[in-house]
Amino acid sequence: MEHITLLLGIVIVTALVFDFTNGFHDTANAMATTISTGALKPKTAVAMSAALNLVGAFLSVEVAKTISGGIINEEGIRTEVIFAALVGAILWNLLTWLLGLPSSSSHALFGGLIGAAVMSAGWSSVNGSTVVSKVLIPAVAAPLVAGLAAMLATRLTYRISKQAGEQATSKGYRAGQIASAGLVSLAHGTNDAQKTMGIITLALVTGGVLAPGANPPVWVIVSAGCAIALGTYLGGWRIIRTMGKGLTDLAPPQGFAAQTSAATVILASSHLGFSLSTTQSCSGAVMGSGLGRKGGVVRWSTATRMFIAWGLTLPAAGLVGAGAEFLTQQGTWGIVLTGALLVAGSGVIWVLSRRRPVTIDNVNDLDDVNDEPAGVVTTAIAAVTPPPTGSAVAAADDLKTTIPGPDTEPARPATV
Amino acid sequence: MNIDWAALGSVFGVSLIVTVALVGLFTLGIVGLSKRESAAARGGSATLAVTGAYVCFAACAAAVAYGIQLIVA
Repeated sequence: MEHITLLLGIVIVTALVFDFTNGFHDTANAMATTISTGALKPKTAVAMSAALNLVGAFLSVEVAKTISGGIINEEGIRTEVIFAALVGAILWNLLTWLLGLPSSSSHALFGGLIGAAVMSAGWSSVNGSTVVSKVLIPAVAAPLVAGLAAMLATRLTYRISKQAGEQATSKGYRAGQIASAGLVSLAHGTNDAQKTMGIITLALVTGGVLAPGANPPVWVIVSAGCAIALGTYLGGWRIIRTMGKGLTDLAPPQGFAAQTSAATVILASSHLGFSLSTTQSCSGAVMGSGLGRKGGVVRWSTATRMFIAWGLTLPAAGLVGAGAEFLTQQGTWGIVLTGALLVAGSGVIWVLSRRRPVTIDNVNDLDDVNDEPAGVVTTAIAAVTPPPTGSAVAAADDLKTTIPGPDTEPARPATV
Repeated sequence: MNIDWAALGSVFGVSLIVTVALVGLFTLGIVGLSKRESAAARGGSATLAVTGAYVCFAACAAAVAYGIQLIVA
């Protein structure tokens, strides 16, 4: 390991940080419905998901050969480009987490890679048609497939179980839901931890530490598995709340149908050769199960914010990645500055998140999930809150106004 | 532009059928088991329903095992 340069060290650490954000960003996919229907206690749910993520990281021997699956031309990719891409992906992951919006970590990484590659080698390094076929079409297809399946399954399960009492069935639904959630966690561990291993391995190969085509060293596998499991265990409670409570109200049968649909879509898609994003499949399944129940509602304003975030993922992460690549091109001080900006940006987002923390204690509280049910409760709270809390609410409103602004969002890289 | 519509179509079809079938089976199992409780409350037994329920659960367990196999492979 004595050949590892400063840059390579930074890239490895950054890749592990990305892995970590990936973990807590995507806990929601596996566990949001399980937590919101009460099938598992929040802590138990994330612990189980983390354990399965870790197991998943060791299960598969096939490590991702490419980072981007052909979206960019990875021939002769420089280590700085990987670093810049990771910076873009991490910051976008953190920002969407702050806003509690589920968005695809893979797409954030793709976006960062595209931005960094364009800045580094021009537009020709991006394979436009692969972007369409691997990112854009799946982004539309995933929620549709999963949503339709979940909706039909929800209808069916309500019809069949009508004669049985709710009391008798809810325990069974919970067991089924836990099984489906376990499958999603396991699949996530194999896919996404593999991805980080692929990045680190590629960086090591680029840096000349490993021979091309070499398998990742054990410490890479262990550290990537641990980073994603730790992230999962800490739990992205903001996103869990949006997915489990914010999009729709889930009863145990719906949670079961949604989770089963998500697990099926994820497994079917990755093994039939048309990979669909886990996050988008899960969100779609949750909405589908919301539509499938009689009298069920989908909160379209929350859903719309989520869709906007999906649309912005690629360009926003791309712009940050491009900005970071621009800095790293300036030489060592640029790389150090980029690293410092990444730390500072993450710190700011973390501080902002403390203003209105979401923890295991309030993860299932619907009141302040989103601004839209400005009904009795919200108004009552607003009426009785003393000034300090009032300013916190105002601050939160400030945050909210920045969410859908496609114009303000891409401006971010300039300041980062 | 090379979009694999056939793969997308089969993902769509397989996901739809498998999800609905699994959820349906599992619900039948749950309903079958709940018959046992109501039968026990009446003092009788519901052997057929319970056996059917276990068959359903076994099929679901097999599907989960297949899923794990897909993940590992």
